[in-house]
Amino acid sequence: MNEALPNFELLLREALAPVEPPADLVERLESTLTAITEMAADELESWELSAMRDPRNWARPAAALVVGGAAGTALVLLRARRRAQEASARRSSLAGRGAELERSAERAIRDLAEHTRRLLERR
Amino acid sequence: MSDPSARKPKVLLDAEFSELYRAHLRDVYSYAYYREGNHHDAEDLTEQTFLQAYRHFERAQRESRGRPLRPWLIRIAHNLAANLYRDRSRKPASSIDDTSVLTAPHTTEQLVEGRDELSRILDGVRQLPDDRREALIMRFALGMDNREIARALGRSDGAAKVLIHRAIKQLEKLVGEERPQVAAPDASLADAQLAHDGSDPASVRRR
Repeated sequence: MNEALPNFELLLREALAPVEPPADLVERLESTLTAITEMAADELESWELSAMRDPRNWARPAAALVVGGAAGTALVLLRARRRAQEASARRSSLAGRGAELERSAERAIRDLAEHTRRLLERR
Repeated sequence: MSDPSARKPKVLLDAEFSELYRAHLRDVYSYAYYREGNHHDAEDLTEQTFLQAYRHFERAQRESRGRPLRPWLIRIAHNLAANLYRDRSRKPASSIDDTSVLTAPHTTEQLVEGRDELSRILDGVRQLPDDRREALIMRFALGMDNREIARALGRSDGAAKVLIHRAIKQLEKLVGEERPQVAAPDASLADAQLAHDGSDPASVRRR
């Protein structure tokens, strides 16, 4: 049986040739990733708020805010520059969660920025 | 001495994630497409995979200790596919589209000459058990080596090698069974010859 299938692995390689992702997927995905990056929220939400209780960590949130502000630039290299709202509108399944995350992130960033600014001014 | 627990600046992480994304988008999509059998689910799975990857990228980088992250990405896709689509059929909902969607990666000549055979192979791939099917996709669509496949499937290198070997053998058998029975008359002839002169049937078929 097997000798009747010469070059079987070559045929298999042809049959399973890589498939290019559709352009609309690329666009949508890059928009979503860019939007998420621009939020720069996870880091700030997850540890800076609690870290603020410890004065030894006061410098870190400030640095994170600076980094967060620049974070969008990296994924902008992916070509997409759409805002989070556009991505949310396109991706209905993520829309609710994305918007909620974004609002929460924005709140956290605003609070932290204000808090950090005050702390740094006192030093 | 640098603190191993120190976090990379986010801007650097994002840049590295962008690199990972650019380098492996096609791999993830190809895996998803052959795994799910249609573009719609493949798009969904690809998107979810990269979102999940982004969330855990920093930890993955730390734990990879410099090893390539492609197996980790494919493992995410593998796990997501198993979880997200558990309520669907375990096999692709439709047979992997054997002509239209595959026109892009193949040349016209290849399609004309080998369409039937390729189609049989794809049908055969679809009939394989999940782990064997996925191992073949990783090997032949993504060009992953045994070690990468082992990492993606959470197995030892040796187990991955055996899995691929068995998958190819099973697929050869399936494709052979599906092939039009043009060889049957020869076999009959050989058997008839055997009956006639008592010779070895294998040697008759080799003539």
